Amino acid sequence: MDTLSSLADGFAIALTWQNLLLALLGCFLGTIMGALPGLGPSNGVAILIPLAFTLGLGATPSLILLTSVYYGAMYGGRISSILLNIPGDEPAMMTCLDGYPMAQKGMAGQALSLSGIASFVGSFFATWGLIFLAPQLVKIALLFGPAEYFALFALAFMTLGGVSSTNQAKSAFAAALGLGLAMIGVDTQTGVPRFTFGEVHLYDGLDFLVAIVGLFALSEVFIFLENRHGEADGKKAKIEVGPLTPSMSMLKQTTPTMLRSTVLGFLAGVLPGAGASLGSFISYSMEKRLVDPKGKTFGKGDPRGVAAPEAGNNAAAGGALVPMLALGVPGSGTTAVLLAVLLSLNITPGPLLFSQNPDVVWGLIAALFIANFMLLAMNIPMVGLFTRVLMVPPRILMPVVAMISFVGIYGISGSSFDLLVMVGFGLLGWILRKFDVPLVPIILGTLLGNSMENNLRRAITIDNGDWFTLVDTPLALTLWAIAIIGFILPLIIGRKVKAQMHERGDHEGSTSD
Amino acid sequence: MSDRIFGAVGLLIAIGFAFAAMAIEESFLSDAVGPKAFPLIIAAVLGLASIAIILRPDASPEWPSLGRLTEILAAAVVMILYAEMLPVIGFIIATIFAAAYLTWRLGSGLVGSVLTGLGTSFGIYIIFHLVLGLSLARGPFGF
Repeated sequence: MDTLSSLADGFAIALTWQNLLLALLGCFLGTIMGALPGLGPSNGVAILIPLAFTLGLGATPSLILLTSVYYGAMYGGRISSILLNIPGDEPAMMTCLDGYPMAQKGMAGQALSLSGIASFVGSFFATWGLIFLAPQLVKIALLFGPAEYFALFALAFMTLGGVSSTNQAKSAFAAALGLGLAMIGVDTQTGVPRFTFGEVHLYDGLDFLVAIVGLFALSEVFIFLENRHGEADGKKAKIEVGPLTPSMSMLKQTTPTMLRSTVLGFLAGVLPGAGASLGSFISYSMEKRLVDPKGKTFGKGDPRGVAAPEAGNNAAAGGALVPMLALGVPGSGTTAVLLAVLLSLNITPGPLLFSQNPDVVWGLIAALFIANFMLLAMNIPMVGLFTRVLMVPPRILMPVVAMISFVGIYGISGSSFDLLVMVGFGLLGWILRKFDVPLVPIILGTLLGNSMENNLRRAITIDNGDWFTLVDTPLALTLWAIAIIGFILPLIIGRKVKAQMHERGDHEGSTSD
Repeated sequence: MSDRIFGAVGLLIAIGFAFAAMAIEESFLSDAVGPKAFPLIIAAVLGLASIAIILRPDASPEWPSLGRLTEILAAAVVMILYAEMLPVIGFIIATIFAAAYLTWRLGSGLVGSVLTGLGTSFGIYIIFHLVLGLSLARGPFGF
């Protein structure tokens, strides 16, 4: 009951004109960003963070705007999957498998509205899951001391590659690189400058927003320049959308699918290092195994093959918010970016968030419900509007993305130095993506590096310099054990899963969900 | 082969990072761990990961041709110039040029490029500056 009254308070916060307007704006922009190939939830949110700051929005309104973008992108990704057979973002990859065949059969409208409903079901129930699971996790997290936190951060890094990681060495490399970047600046505990090479601009440390926008948004521009996607796109968007209402029998047929996929997707989202891509992948493959083991209809336009991944990835998006809010440790790319928002607003996520800033948490959750209904309304009757957005060719879109990135970062700091650093990160991001080095651990490293170090030093200082304090409680040992299993497991099964996920070949780069 | 070079560069970075960490001046007031320990751990992880990459490299990525590579570098140079010129010539003019260049290189025609440049620049100026009140770089003419 306590939860429900907090939720009611949350609605009171979210239901102001400003917040409703922000949610609407976020849903709209998010759907567009999800739909456009090349712009996914993580770079979409990344571009908008500086905007939220320079507008002087408070914590709750900024989060409402940006999580609406996040949810919106999860909805939007399916549009280009179904109409163009190009996933709008990575989690929507699985939706191509049955969505595009449905569109070819003249059922594009039905596929779009069915997947819209599936997205709604997925995120609606996942938000409930968030409400009930996050406070439980908070109770556990309150038992954590500095040593446990250090172990938890280690766990986050070691599992971040996820079961889909092919090369754990590269994940580890990325994490260490991110942590190393976080070390730049004046040491908070002793006041000595580290790795600044005398450059005064670096004394404050690198602004992680600069790193995020550079790595995610600018590197995308470079990828497009390399491949020059520009010529071919924009012509194929001529598929007839057709009637929008799915038949009752189709809805009835897909209801159990949606519910099953929601549960699976939510769990995949909560687990560290999995995220929405894995959520949609697991949901699709389980569903296929369950209802169509011989592969008669799946892949040829089965409505259940559209409903499963969409419910799965939206549920995973909700699930991924659980560890981010309750522990302060995000499990996916976009939640890492959202964590950056919280940190920049001087709000420390984690167990204390629920007691110190309940207005932020519950306002956010209430806004998620509201956003969900808005998205349902936008994505079914108004889907035609978004299909038109797909006509914007990348050759026009990408310069706009680049310029908005510059405007945002310049708006925060007003310094050319930060812009130069951002271009540097853009190039670095391009190189790392060529080498298949995941970018999310880098971001997470720059975000969490300092608090990871502080927890380490606090733990050891409390125990008078005894390093064994890191492993002398059962809780810490459990976390270390999970971390090690999480790191080793992908070495054994990773290649198989990744190969299956990518057998379609439409790899969108490594800025996943 | 690409991966081995990548690993070697990573290893050099790790070594450099470790040396830079050793060179951190200790303050006379320090906690039990000090400012060097964690960076050294990071350097170790970075080094080990690089060695692992050298020992078990993935297949080489598909490198772009020299032409495309120049394309990327040229774009980076334009962006750097943009960053440097922004406070000098102001947002609107700088953005027209930068956006026009990028869309031209992504395959727009000449007229289209100019139009995209103008549209992007004025569009952002109107939405972000006039409507949302964001402060953009001011040039000599006040915009």
